[in-house]
Amino acid sequence: MSAIATAGSRPLVNLTLVRWHLTASAFFMIVSMLGGLAYSFQFNQLYPFPGIEWLSPGRVRMVHTNIAAYGFIANAFIAGLLFAIPRLTKKPIFSDKLGLVIFGAWQLILVLTIVGQLAGYGQAIEWGETPVFVDPLVLVGLVLLVINMSVPIFQTEEPGLYVSLWYFLAAFAWTGLVYFMGNYLPEFWVPGTAGAAITGLFIHDLVGLFVTPIGWGLMYFFVPLLLRKPIWSHALSLIGFWGLAFFYPMQGVHHFLLSPIPMYAQYGAIVATIAVEIVVLTVIVNFFGTLHGRSEAIRGNLALRWFYTGMIMYALTCFQCAFQVTLTFQKIIHFTDWVVGHAHMVMFGVFGFWIYGFFIELWPRAVGRSWATPRLLTIHYWATLVGLTLMVVDLTAAGLVQGFLWRGLSHWGESVISSMPFWWVRTFAGLVIIGAQGLFVYALWATARQPTEATQTAPIGAVTEPAS
Amino acid sequence: MERFGASFLIAGVITFLLGFFLQGVMPVLTLTSIPTRTIEEMASPVTSHFVQLAVDYPEEFARDFGEVSEATHAEALELGRDVYVAEACWHCHSQFVRPVSNEDLRFGPVSSPEEYQNLMNLPHLFGTRRVGPDLSREAGKHSNDWHAAHLYAPRSVAPYSVMPAYPWFFDDNKRPNKRGLALIAYLQWLGSWIDDSQLAALGDGGMQ
Repeated sequence: MSAIATAGSRPLVNLTLVRWHLTASAFFMIVSMLGGLAYSFQFNQLYPFPGIEWLSPGRVRMVHTNIAAYGFIANAFIAGLLFAIPRLTKKPIFSDKLGLVIFGAWQLILVLTIVGQLAGYGQAIEWGETPVFVDPLVLVGLVLLVINMSVPIFQTEEPGLYVSLWYFLAAFAWTGLVYFMGNYLPEFWVPGTAGAAITGLFIHDLVGLFVTPIGWGLMYFFVPLLLRKPIWSHALSLIGFWGLAFFYPMQGVHHFLLSPIPMYAQYGAIVATIAVEIVVLTVIVNFFGTLHGRSEAIRGNLALRWFYTGMIMYALTCFQCAFQVTLTFQKIIHFTDWVVGHAHMVMFGVFGFWIYGFFIELWPRAVGRSWATPRLLTIHYWATLVGLTLMVVDLTAAGLVQGFLWRGLSHWGESVISSMPFWWVRTFAGLVIIGAQGLFVYALWATARQPTEATQTAPIGAVTEPAS
Repeated sequence: MERFGASFLIAGVITFLLGFFLQGVMPVLTLTSIPTRTIEEMASPVTSHFVQLAVDYPEEFARDFGEVSEATHAEALELGRDVYVAEACWHCHSQFVRPVSNEDLRFGPVSSPEEYQNLMNLPHLFGTRRVGPDLSREAGKHSNDWHAAHLYAPRSVAPYSVMPAYPWFFDDNKRPNKRGLALIAYLQWLGSWIDDSQLAALGDGGMQ
């Protein structure tokens, strides 16, 4: 009740917290990408730090993936939630002080994760390599975050509950459960094959029940706002949400197909994965239906352009899923770089791109200044898109080469030597991507340090293509 | 709005539990008929390569493990597994052989759930990527010396290799330290339970 009492005396959205989380997201994005870049040089036999124990490529890889998920993506999503939830509920978050505590705790978790993994305390759980001593902190942080964010949703006096909030509430229930399941059961209680089933479920649920629902929830918030029109179909939103809630949690074992895990679980995962394509289609149709008649907005508004580019990537990656999950495809592509390409298209091509859209929209508000260098942002968009597309196409092709060489019983070295040109292209694509992010971080900095009197908070859709 | 909002939280919990039951609990229940073996049980019998390790590196072996016994074998296996986890070897080496893509011809017999129902596989190390070959049938494919050379400088024995070097598994005189010995013991244990005749039928190990 205290939140209601003080609502009049404090601003609806805590822009300081939004700014801090966005800054942390940009910082950890660079950390994660530098890790990935260094790791890629190992495949060119040119690793920059050979023979240094705490910078061993295997350890650096854990930093790359974990910091991408929990540093870059999670921080940006928290910033998005801090902005969207108060705007949707007309209530501020439960406590600004608690928000500060969560911010500090989350960055501490990330630093401990990096230090722990480089020191050799990584866990053997994919996407959950966070050291064992960090896991309880993460769970406490998640519970506090859920309290802080869900109180306004339960206090709101708005009629009806907008679709974004369905996704957020479900994600609040899912995230802690998923994190506990994945980091504890296979590590301490469930050995061997059954443990692998649970790990597969964790890999999948982390993307499907944490990143995806919060990402789509924020899409349902930002896209109608920027297009100034309601979402096309309420019925399709309903199908999209309940389809995701029902089918997404049943697909874990598709990460370990043709393994010793019982076949009924493998077939179940395959069927659920193909079924979710129907759900994906409804969501994509709904958003492109919303865009219909206003598609010129994508040319003018950079945030919308990031959002819709990410959605096209989402449609592509989910379409790819429906094929690669079949046992026919699995024979060739499993264990190859095809899967690595797929992971980059999902985590960066979809959710990373959406996050850049959040930055375009939120950073000017968070720092109280409009973008200093709009042209740089356009270059950032194209360079990132070209870099990622090149990386995905390259890794997908490399995966096919590797898979067929293995099946043909070539000497193992043949598959490594044949992959080397592809690994060089991957490194080049990584350089393009990270160069673009250097420009982006410069744009953030240049915007934040402008004198205040020159500008004011940017209106919605302020970033437009520079006239040429 | 309170009741309406709670319904989404409850829906989240229920759908999570449904998926968890179908994709997690049911495989667990299916596999409970297989008894879970301890690390000590898995360390018995001692592999011939562990015996050979004490011959190859007598001073280091005596210093780090003492005598060859099932107890020291278990100690070495557990430490070797922990090193394998800490260095994230499992990111580039899988530990299961699939019944497709000629994997049984390349690596050895297709994996079965029984092989993994033990505390050496807590956590499991199936892996999801093969930059290097699968290791679940590694026992005896190379000598201890080969493994030591390979860990110290991978390209000295496999010129195309993109595996990192691990000089911190070795003393200043380039002989393996405790971590190095344990990792070699672990690698030489992986698949040691497979009938030799099945592997011998595969012939040339150079295939991988």
